[in-house]
Amino acid sequence: MTVLDGEDGDYRASQGNFGLVWLQGKGADYAPYANLSYKAVQQWSHFASSLQEISGLDVALDQSGGFEFFTDDAEFDEFQGLLNAQHRHLDGRVDHDVLSGHELRKLHPEIGPKVVGATFCGLDGHVNPLRFLHSLQTAVTNLGGKILSEMTVSDVEAVLGGGFSMSTITGTTINAERVVLCAGLGSSKLAPQLGFKTIVRAQRGELLITEKIGDRLPFLSSTIRQVDEGGIQIGGTKADVGLDNSETLEVMCGLAKHAVSVLPMLADVRVIRAWGALRVLSPDGYPVYTQSAEKPGAYLVTCHSGVTLAPLHTKGLVDWIENASGAPDLEAFDEARFSI
Amino acid sequence: MTDADLIIIGAGPAGMAAAISASEAGAKVILLDEQQSAGGQIYRNVGSNHDGRSFLGEEYFEGLKLVEALSRSNVKCEFGTTVWRIEDDLRVVWSRDGVSNISSARHVLLATGAQERPAPFPGWELPGVMTAGAAQILMKSSRLLAKDAVLAGSGPLLYLVAVQLIKAGTPPIAIVETQTMKNAFKASRYLPRAMLASKMLAKGMELLRYIRKSGVSRYTSAKDFQAVQNDDGQLTFSFRTRKRVHQLVTPLVLSHQGVVSSTHISRSLGLAHEWNLSQQAFLPIVDKWGRTKNSRIHIAGDGAGIGGARAAIASGRIAVLDMLFQLGKLSDDQRNQSSTADRALLRQSLAIRPFLDALYYPPKEILAPSGETLVCRCEEIGASTIRQTLNQSGLGPRQIKSSTRSGMGPCQGRMCELPIQGILSSCGKKHLLPKVRTPIKPISLGELASLAERPSTKS
Amino acid sequence: MKRDSRFKERQEGVETVQMTLDGDIMTAQIGDSVAAAILAYSANPSRHTAMGSPRAAYCMMGVCFDCLVEVDGRPNVQGCMTLVREGMVLRRQNGLRPISGVQADD
Ligand SMILES: Cc1cc2nc3c(=O)[nH]c(=O)nc-3n(C[C@H](O)[C@H](O)[C@H](O)COP(=O)(O)OP(=O)(O)OC[C@H]3O[C@@H](n4cnc5c(N)ncnc54)[C@H](O)[C@@H]3O)c2cc1C
Ligand SMILES: Cc1cc2nc3c(=O)[nH]c(=O)nc-3n(C[C@H](O)[C@H](O)[C@H](O)COP(=O)(O)OP(=O)(O)OC[C@H]3O[C@@H](n4cnc5c(N)ncnc54)[C@H](O)[C@@H]3O)c2cc1C
Ligand code: FES
Repeated sequence: MTVLDGEDGDYRASQGNFGLVWLQGKGADYAPYANLSYKAVQQWSHFASSLQEISGLDVALDQSGGFEFFTDDAEFDEFQGLLNAQHRHLDGRVDHDVLSGHELRKLHPEIGPKVVGATFCGLDGHVNPLRFLHSLQTAVTNLGGKILSEMTVSDVEAVLGGGFSMSTITGTTINAERVVLCAGLGSSKLAPQLGFKTIVRAQRGELLITEKIGDRLPFLSSTIRQVDEGGIQIGGTKADVGLDNSETLEVMCGLAKHAVSVLPMLADVRVIRAWGALRVLSPDGYPVYTQSAEKPGAYLVTCHSGVTLAPLHTKGLVDWIENASGAPDLEAFDEARFSI
Repeated sequence: MTDADLIIIGAGPAGMAAAISASEAGAKVILLDEQQSAGGQIYRNVGSNHDGRSFLGEEYFEGLKLVEALSRSNVKCEFGTTVWRIEDDLRVVWSRDGVSNISSARHVLLATGAQERPAPFPGWELPGVMTAGAAQILMKSSRLLAKDAVLAGSGPLLYLVAVQLIKAGTPPIAIVETQTMKNAFKASRYLPRAMLASKMLAKGMELLRYIRKSGVSRYTSAKDFQAVQNDDGQLTFSFRTRKRVHQLVTPLVLSHQGVVSSTHISRSLGLAHEWNLSQQAFLPIVDKWGRTKNSRIHIAGDGAGIGGARAAIASGRIAVLDMLFQLGKLSDDQRNQSSTADRALLRQSLAIRPFLDALYYPPKEILAPSGETLVCRCEEIGASTIRQTLNQSGLGPRQIKSSTRSGMGPCQGRMCELPIQGILSSCGKKHLLPKVRTPIKPISLGELASLAERPSTKS
Repeated sequence: MKRDSRFKERQEGVETVQMTLDGDIMTAQIGDSVAAAILAYSANPSRHTAMGSPRAAYCMMGVCFDCLVEVDGRPNVQGCMTLVREGMVLRRQNGLRPISGVQADD
């Protein structure tokens, strides 16, 4: 097994993300996605320990539940609706709490008066995203796989008699029996060559990271979290701006404002850096696991929330590729859904 | 409506000279500097040093002329002011005393100068190891004189600081120099050109003569620097010369390996940069007027490549001529003609650079540290970790940063980026420009949040 | 134990201010930066890193961030970029800063 990877400066969602292992609200209008996410968060703790065994790196999984905070009543109401829909999709297997601002501040007096309410799900958690990427890379190598960097594939074609031939931008050719296309935003260019219809698009998220803090934040939320090393990450914005991962003044200030209205005691904490990173979104935003009908032996795997879903991208995904018995049913994520 | 025709960042020789000439030409100028007064690195605090610090030398006091001309001009100076972001449309975001503000202009000149090249060796993070420039700053801005120091490294500034310390009555106990005969040999081919700057050469020779006369011991071709902390807080500084290993006990090791352009602002703007082999650093790409690919942003002085104070002054004024031309205040001909004298000054001052760059080229072990030498001081990451990660991933600076956290601390890579580039290049990798994100210096969440309400924050 | 400064102080008739460093009274000269004042006061480290290693000011020009110190209750202030003031309360930092410093003005 060989992983062909691109260049140092490539757009990489895995190098710029927020590290959430998150269920709350996921798949409110697509039951299969709610169930997929549910399965993933259930498997995370087992996944984290086997990853640590293989790579020697602790990704600092903390899955003790997380909040969504609201400073706007309408948004608060709307999100409760989504949670109820998700609850139905999951046949009531997962509960969430809804707290008024008053109840929330009784629990966490440090939360600012502008927060009108919050929701909470006990299965939500987070990891250290950069160490997670590093540990995946280490695990691949330790398991005997090869990662070849600076191997940006420019062309791929099916070879007569079976298998595929890939050529890179520097002119190297690599042959393989089967090929899994999971090149993030780089997938769109190669997808048509393998007979796939899925074209992914970029969505920018901007984040702030602060200086490291010795104390621990008393809670986790989807927009404010503390990395295990101590820095506080603030994020959650969305912008459709194509391939532009700049950080913008307006959003930086907005994120800071959000942070200090949720937790006024953060006002004096310094921001070390802001950045933008590009999400990889399929046309409907849900994952794509699909086999090429045109070119058997070619697979396309792409998703947003790849940290959350990571436990499913191990043996289960391999079984699905191998068509092994007991392989997960990923029918709902076939790209055929885009042709309807 | 903008707040000014021109905002200049940095009140060193480049920024001061540019501000004065732009203002004389009738432009409305704002000059921002994070120091408390004008002067930049070379002329730091010169405006308030009338107290007989003659040991700083005549060249230092030459800066008074610029500082005084600046204070007589109509330039609006804002000191204690750190620029932490610039928008493409030339809104300049700055912070002072914990409050951020935005000023806008039709043109921006970056004159942010240089910093000393990070010079890692085992123990460079210990209290008592500082840069030679830091000791000089303490002489210029405070009343502190380095006691019984060892000056270690190479470059003109090392000698200048030595002479300043000797004249102040606190001579260093030794000067430990890394340059070798091989450096001297390589530099010799640039000597004829350097003769164009014969005055500067002569000044350098005079510094050396002065040091020799003073009896301070000098070691050359030194390598394998190491500092170890003793129980009493003193340092044992060891190094090797051709003959043997030496150990010196000292309260202060003042290290120096030349200066490199400060490019955090220009890089955060996404401007083009390229690796400069002889300066072993990234430099912004500018045309002969200091103009960047954003025609309304110019870069002058050491921030566009190391040239020293006289070159900085010339390049600052040259950049202003181009802005005046763009503002329609000068014709093409007027711009070109008015620049002749400064172009000559610039050519002359730069003539000595290839010679100096070759003579004081930093040693390999400093450019590309190995073993347990700390590379990232903020995140406390050693060279061996960086090398290991590189072996494993085979990618470049970004991968190293995200895998090891090097460059993620408060200094934002100012100390570790170049040593990491050195390691990458020693392993056969290309020089890839590390991205710089804003704020280029840390700003509190509260300060950032209070900008959210301003109309000028919106794009 | 307080160790003598690594620097010699030139004596001149300049105005001084009084401040405290970890509760000890410390004199500094007007115009000094906080980092310079601490260097003049003693040779001891001015902070310890998250991993416990001792540090003091290195570059004196705002580049290295090794001079971080708590100033009037506000952690991680760059000592070399901050001027001394009468009555300043300085504390060396050991390890990471706590979450709550002084709240910024709105
Ligand atoms: C701002 C932001 C916040 C996020 N927050 C979270 C979160 O909290 N929780 C969560 O679960 N998910 C989150 N995500 C999503 C998550 O980061 C992604 O789902 C995940 O990283 C996707 O991984 P990937 O491997 O598909 O893509 P990427 O990480 O983008 O990797 C694609 C790889 O393909 C390589 N490549 C591209 N083209 C080629 C080519 N032609 N040849 C060879 N190689 C190529 C690239 O070099 C790169 O290494 C977030 C994303 C963003 C942007
Ligand atoms: C520590 C040090 C000491 C030196 N001493 C000497 C010397 O004694 N003699 C000599 O010949 N050369 C010396 N040099 C070399 C020096 O770089 C040049 O001689 C000359 O000062 C360059 O002039 P400049 O105008 O380009 O930049 P500088 O003089 O470096 O001025 C740049 C100015 O920009 C300001 N600045 C930078 N970033 C920001 C920001 N984000 N916001 C606001 N302001 C900012 C700085 O505070 C500084 O005042 C020294 C260099 C260093 C680093
Ligand atoms: S001493 Fe380097 S930043 Fe203050």
